Amino acid sequence: MTKPRPPIAMLAELTHRCPLACPYCSNPVDLARQDSELGTADWVRVFTEAAQIGVLQLHLSGGEPASRRDLEELVQAAREAGLYTNLITSGIGLSQKRLQALDAAGLDHVQLSLQGTTPEMADEIGGYRGGYARKMQVAEWIGQIGFPLTLNAVLHRRNLHQLPRAIEMAVEMGARRIEVATVQFHGWALKNRDALMPTRAQAAEATRIVTEARRALKGKLVIDYVPADYHSDYPKRCMGGWGSTGLNIAPDGLVLPCHAAQTIPHLRFDNVKNRSLADIWENGTAFNAYRGTDWMPEPCASCDRKEVDFGGCRCQAMALAGDAGATDPVCVKSAHHVDLQSRADAHAAAEAALIYRTAPGKPAKEPVQ
Amino acid sequence: MQPEEIPFLPRGVRIHRDAVRDTWVLLAPERTVTLDEIAHAILSEVDGVKSLQDITASLAARYQAPAEQIAKDAAGFLGALHDRRFVDLS
Repeated sequence: MTKPRPPIAMLAELTHRCPLACPYCSNPVDLARQDSELGTADWVRVFTEAAQIGVLQLHLSGGEPASRRDLEELVQAAREAGLYTNLITSGIGLSQKRLQALDAAGLDHVQLSLQGTTPEMADEIGGYRGGYARKMQVAEWIGQIGFPLTLNAVLHRRNLHQLPRAIEMAVEMGARRIEVATVQFHGWALKNRDALMPTRAQAAEATRIVTEARRALKGKLVIDYVPADYHSDYPKRCMGGWGSTGLNIAPDGLVLPCHAAQTIPHLRFDNVKNRSLADIWENGTAFNAYRGTDWMPEPCASCDRKEVDFGGCRCQAMALAGDAGATDPVCVKSAHHVDLQSRADAHAAAEAALIYRTAPGKPAKEPVQ
Repeated sequence: MQPEEIPFLPRGVRIHRDAVRDTWVLLAPERTVTLDEIAHAILSEVDGVKSLQDITASLAARYQAPAEQIAKDAAGFLGALHDRRFVDLS
């Protein structure tokens, strides 16, 4: 096998701790405990190794990265390593003083999540009372400091009607970009398909709204759009192709080809504590399992889209077809496609209460009234 | 883009030497743009003071190339970056 090209982006999940309990959280259902988290020195070394193998963009995520008390120190170390630093946050845990310290540390950009455009919706989805008000305060401080801002609106059946207001809010906050992200059904979201699956009509309406807003706001607000997955005919180009552009570090130091890769039972992952990032990227068995196109079965192997979408998402193939090496069932060429379409419609028509994300050893969240 | 408009790199957008790939890149929020020689030459003129026509004149003199072609290339490139909010105008 030829040597892989260097990775461009690294997602560092600093912790799985989070004050919010969003029912679509992309963290694994088995969350890492605080006592297993990498320490400051380990993260600093990983950032340096990442820059040395070609990573340019560092996404500091979680859980809620602000739950790490050494966040400012980590940002400074990442900048010193030459990385572009992006903070992916709910805003909860950030004070004005901490934001100023992050500014001094060299933080490049903030991505702020939005669970809803009203306090009622946002606090219900996040399972955290007062979260919306706090987030609006944090957004104001972000604007005052002048950090470039991306608003990340996560949308599903319960809040898709709020999309036009979310776009307006991004403009009002002075965000340069909004990510309109329809929930992807991995992690906790997989448990909540009956509660969150958009209807086909909602998915189509969202596409129409995004198309129109892109035209109206050209040069003012960039809109990145992740459409409803199950209602599509072709799968997503997941991670830009497995092991091709990015990697993910879990809180305990495991190096994953994507944030959901642990749902594929036969894969074995290496840890930054005992192997170099360069060696893991080039030779790790999990990275080589689905890298390139040689692993592909039919209909992917002879498909003219095989280097467009790389067969879609391996974790989704695992979850829906029971085989991580299968064509993503979203694809019209998959034998499971028709079944998936009817399942999507059934999920969208179902009624179910939200199942909130819960941390190990913590009681289950009750819905916010 | 109009000739008198002044482009500048807003906060959070910077030119970076990528030593691993031996090339210049533009780093922006969650995006990276690889810069070829021409793109790098154009962006190196962007200082928040020079207008598009100043940039064009400077490049035409430096590379002894027809100003018309350079104006077209610079406006096209900077305009595309502006659409993505990687370049702002004043």
